[in-house]
Amino acid sequence: MENGSVLQEVKLLNDPQLNPRRCSQVITMLLYMLNQGEAFSKIGKLGLLLLWHFVHFVVSIWYFAVGIAYMLESYLVASGAFKEYKTHDIAKLQYLAIVIESGEAYETSKVITLLKWLAAIGVKHICLYDTEGVLKKSKETILENSNATFWEGLDKRSSLLDQKLMTIEFASFSDGKEAVAKAANLLFVNHLKLGGDLMAPIFTERNITDALRAIGCKGPDPDLLLVYGPARCHLGFPAWRMRYTEIVHMGTLKSMKFGSLVKAIHKYTMVHQNYGR
Amino acid sequence: MEKDSNVGGKTSNTYTGYLGCLLRKCVFATLSVGPIPNHLAFIMDGNRRYAKKHNLKEGAGHNAGFSALMSLLQYCYELGVQYVTVYAFSIDNFKRRPEEVESLMDLMQEKIYKLIEEVSIVDRYGIRICFIGNLKLLKDSVREAAERAMKATAKNSKSVLSVCVAYTSTDEITHAVQESCREKVDAIEQADSYNKEEGNNLLINLVDIEKKMYMVAAPNPDIIIRTSGETRLSNFLLWQSACSHLYSPSALWPELGFWHLVWAVLNFQRDHWYFEKIKKQI
Repeated sequence: MENGSVLQEVKLLNDPQLNPRRCSQVITMLLYMLNQGEAFSKIGKLGLLLLWHFVHFVVSIWYFAVGIAYMLESYLVASGAFKEYKTHDIAKLQYLAIVIESGEAYETSKVITLLKWLAAIGVKHICLYDTEGVLKKSKETILENSNATFWEGLDKRSSLLDQKLMTIEFASFSDGKEAVAKAANLLFVNHLKLGGDLMAPIFTERNITDALRAIGCKGPDPDLLLVYGPARCHLGFPAWRMRYTEIVHMGTLKSMKFGSLVKAIHKYTMVHQNYGR
Repeated sequence: MEKDSNVGGKTSNTYTGYLGCLLRKCVFATLSVGPIPNHLAFIMDGNRRYAKKHNLKEGAGHNAGFSALMSLLQYCYELGVQYVTVYAFSIDNFKRRPEEVESLMDLMQEKIYKLIEEVSIVDRYGIRICFIGNLKLLKDSVREAAERAMKATAKNSKSVLSVCVAYTSTDEITHAVQESCREKVDAIEQADSYNKEEGNNLLINLVDIEKKMYMVAAPNPDIIIRTSGETRLSNFLLWQSACSHLYSPSALWPELGFWHLVWAVLNFQRDHWYFEKIKKQI
């Protein structure tokens, strides 16, 4: 059936003395063409769907190959094959944060192994974070098995280096936005106490920092944040503390490797920060 | 003869342009089978390094960066991304050399006027421009340009471009806390005429603070792209990025192109199930 001949027939519909039989034939042909168009559109959509799945299949193959390469590299790093990873200035890493996806945070034994690896590398101060507070609930087990103490908070950042035992802070989503809301209420109440109900409040970033400390959020800004989960995402780690924190994705906790950890920490100690200048 | 070859050159450029457009449409049609991010954010890092790498004058890096921004905006809006946020100038950047800050301010002013006075991408995609940050820190002429741009594009409703200038997340949070306190103080003053005790029991909720954030009009970003391989957020959208996919390509900002965007979207689609799961948890 040719489009040209149908269009010619359609022009004849303008003829006032039209044969009804001819008219119904043309309309039938037009409906058939419309259906063909729909069919083509459906075939097109199916084609795009297949192409999309194919592209994602290729991407998955790529990540599988990259995963094998990273696995080999981390075994080599762990075995000491690369000289540059043997030494690093661990003093540059004063505070490390570990973000773990809440589903995996239930694997307490894996968390303890990770902490033992960090102790072997020489990391002294760690903040363990997961969204739902699963790690907070396993606090006692983790501290007992990793020979560390609970982070009580220090007044001056410089005294972090004096600590001999590893300290661990536990945080969850409620230490982020909700803590800022509590700090806001503290500032509000203090403002009223100073007879401020007649004045508009003016707060600085310093005021917020002090208010957060006053409500118990005393942890310093981490230098490095390692994310253990399916994707690179900080999962709501307290925003106030993350201004210049380097965020590195380590893969899932299930697939954690000592070599990858050494490499990530070594890479951090080589980074030079401009701080916007 | 020269004229002919110029015309020939222009024709071949037009054909290349059409081919490029067709290729983009095919790629975007394929990507659109899966979920498309609604909000993309960019940290435009690496303009100065680009200028050094190509032995250009210092300001030329930022000019190249602006061209890259225009191209990327076109690609984003063609793909169907409704909100794009860019980190143009941080409060920390005021610490740079005064001459550099001055030239950046002049460049920003020039480009803002170019966007609203010429027929540009703003008209093509119905973009509403918002300037986000502590605009009082900007010099008067730049602030005026920004306000004019916001006024000129206020009626556009197809897509939104949020330009963060004189912005940091901590300043945004401080401002939001201050404004929500101010609101409560005003509520107490009004309550005075009724019941002072009732007024004093008013508490600031998280919702009150979130309403006062500069970025309240946009949804949380789906992907935050920081160029130059840097892995930190540098005080950008820290409050809004709890469920954001963070992507750090090693390309410098002026080198960021179409395929980087495609790769970011592919990765977003791969992990989309995970981000939907986290959004329900938080």
